Amino acid sequence: MSTMTIDLHSGAEVPATGVPGAAARFTDWCYDVWSLTRRNLIHVWREPAQLSDATFQPVLFTLLFIGLFGGAMSIPGGGSYKGFAIGGLVAMNLTTAAMGTAVGLSSDLTSGVIDRFRTLPIARSAILTSRTISDLLASTLAATIVIATGLAIGWRPGTGVGGVIAGIAVAVAFSYALSWFCACLGLLVRDPESAQAIGMVILFPVAFVSTCFVPPQGLTPWLRTVANWNPVSAMAGACRDLFGNTNPAALQHTFPAQHPVPYLLAWTVAIIVVCAPLASHLLRRRTAD
Amino acid sequence: MSTAPMIEAFGLRKRYGDHLAVDDVTLEVPEGKVLGVLGPNGAGKSTTVRMLTTMTAPDGGSGRVAGLDIVAQARQVRRSIGVTGQDATLDEQLTGTQNLVLVGELAKLGRRQARLRADELLAHFELTDAAGRIVKTYSGGMRRRLDLAASLVARPPVLFLDEPTTGLDPAGRQRMWQIIADLVADGTTLLLTTQYLDEADALADSITVIDHGRVIAQGTAAQLKDRIGGDSLVVTLADADADADGDAGADADADAGVEAVGRFAAGPVRTDDGGRTLVVPVVARRALTTDVVRSLDAVGVAVDHVEIHRPSLDDVFFALTGGGTGAATGDRAAGPADGPRPDHPFDRDGVVDRPRANRRVEEVPV
Repeated sequence: MSTMTIDLHSGAEVPATGVPGAAARFTDWCYDVWSLTRRNLIHVWREPAQLSDATFQPVLFTLLFIGLFGGAMSIPGGGSYKGFAIGGLVAMNLTTAAMGTAVGLSSDLTSGVIDRFRTLPIARSAILTSRTISDLLASTLAATIVIATGLAIGWRPGTGVGGVIAGIAVAVAFSYALSWFCACLGLLVRDPESAQAIGMVILFPVAFVSTCFVPPQGLTPWLRTVANWNPVSAMAGACRDLFGNTNPAALQHTFPAQHPVPYLLAWTVAIIVVCAPLASHLLRRRTAD
Repeated sequence: MSTAPMIEAFGLRKRYGDHLAVDDVTLEVPEGKVLGVLGPNGAGKSTTVRMLTTMTAPDGGSGRVAGLDIVAQARQVRRSIGVTGQDATLDEQLTGTQNLVLVGELAKLGRRQARLRADELLAHFELTDAAGRIVKTYSGGMRRRLDLAASLVARPPVLFLDEPTTGLDPAGRQRMWQIIADLVADGTTLLLTTQYLDEADALADSITVIDHGRVIAQGTAAQLKDRIGGDSLVVTLADADADADGDAGADADADAGVEAVGRFAAGPVRTDDGGRTLVVPVVARRALTTDVVRSLDAVGVAVDHVEIHRPSLDDVFFALTGGGTGAATGDRAAGPADGPRPDHPFDRDGVVDRPRANRRVEEVPV
C-alpha cells in the first residue's frame, strides 16, 4: 500500500482564521443544504419503500375513500363526493407525510453519521433544513399523486391548472411547517420507531378530526368546533376553494371556514417561527455531549 | 507556527451528572508529532478527544488546536482537524465514493475536487473495488479504513484517532498501523487514543497515561519504561536438590548464585520465589546470557530457565494504575497462585511510583 506515493497531506497550512462575511457564509450554507438534501434523496432512491407514504399511500387512500364513502355521502351545498374528497385527501396525505421528517431525523441521530457531520464545518441548521427540504419534495410528490389519481378516476378541478397548482402550493407550504414540528418530535424521542409511533398518535387524530372526509355539518357540535378551527380542515378547504370544488365548510360562520387560505398561511408561519428555532435548540442540546 | 504545539489542553474537565469523566487533563502535541493517550476503558480518553474536537464543550480548562481555541473558535477548529472515532461515522446507505464526496462537499472542496479526492483516497486505502458498493455491505476493517479516509478528505493538519484499531482483526490492525505510519511520515500531527500498550509503543512519539480522568504519567515510551527500571535477566534455578536439603539447600544455591552473577548486575540482584528465581538488572550485551550461565555453573548452581525481561508499557501501566484494563486484571489476579511468573518479575500491587526498595521481593546488596 505504501508503495503508492500519494498526497495525503499537502495542504498542511492552517486555514485562515478570519470569520467569513455574511454573504459567503450564506452561500456556504445553501451549498451544505443542497449536498445534504441530495444525500437524503439517495436514501430514498436506495429504499423506495421509505417513500410509500408519498407514493403508494396517496393512491390507495384516494381510491379507498372515494370508493367507500362516495356513494353514501351527500355534500351540503351540492356537488359530488369526489369533488369534495380530493382536497381532503391532499390535506390528509400531506399531514401524515410530515412524519417522515421525524423518522428520518431520528435515524440520522441514532446512526454515527451525525458525528461525522458535526466534525465538518457546517451549521446544524443546514442538517435540519436539508431534512425538511427533502420531505418537502416528498410531500409535493404525494400531492401530485393524489391529483393524478383523482384525474384518473374522473375528478375534475373547477379552476384551471393555475388553481390546482395554487392549491398544492399552500398545502405543501403547511406540510413544510409540519415537518419542522415533526423535526422537534424526532429530536425529542430516542429512536426512529418511537418517532413513528409518536408521530402517528399526534398526526392521525389531527388529520381525521377535520373536514377532510366529512362535511362539518355532519359532526357533533364540539367536534365541529374542533374541526372548524383545525388547520388541516383549512388546508382541505383551501384546496377545495383553489381547485374550484365544493367547499361545504364555507357555509360555516367561522373565520377559518370562511377564509381558509389566510388562516392556513398564518398557521404555516406560526409553526415555522416556533418550531424551527426550537428544533435547532433541541439538536444543539441533543448533540452537546 | 512550527514551534507552537498543534494540540494543547490545559486542565480540561468534563462532568456527566455525578460522574467526573475528565478531571484534569493537560497535554501538548508539537507539530508533526504523535501523542498516544493511553488508558483503560472509561479513563476519559474519548471524552478528552470529544472536547478537543469541539464535539462537547469542556466544563473547565481550555484547549487550542492548530492555535485556535476549541470553544471560542470551534468552527475554525473543525476546518483544521480530522476525527475518526470508535464507531464508524459513515452513511450506511451511501456507497464508499458517495460518502467521501459528501464529506468533501461539506468540507467546501467543490464537487469536482471532492470527486478527485474521493478516488485518490479510495485507491490509497485499497477500497477502489468496493467504491461503488453501499457501506452496509462493508466489513469492519473496510468501514474503519473508509472512516479514516473520510477524516482525511480535507487534508487536515491535525488528526484525532480514537481507538483506531479496537475491534479489528490482527490483519486489519496491521494495515491500520501502516496507514497511520504513512500519515505520520507525511507530517500530520496526530493524537491517538488506545488501550493497547504495544500500539502506543509502536506509533507514538510520546505517551500520556490517563486513569480516572487524570493524567498519571507523561513522557516517551523509553522514559516511562525507565520509571520501572531497565532490562533484567530472570534466572530460574534448578530445584534438583530441594528434596535433599529443603529450603536450606535452595537458600544456599541462591546465595551462591547471587554472588556468581553479581559482577554482571547493573543494580541490586533480587531473589524471589523462595530463592528459586534471581532477578538481575542488566545492561543487555552480546553473550551476556552465556556468561551468566557459565558463572553459575562454575559455582555448581544448575539453571532451568533464563529469560531477558524488557519492561513493556504493560508494566508501566500496571505500576501506575494498579491494574486497570479488565482483561489484564483478570490475568493478574490469577498470577500469584500460578507460581513463578518469570515474565513479570516485579510485584505490582498498585502503588504509584513506589520506590524500588519497598518492593516485597528481597533485596540482596551486591
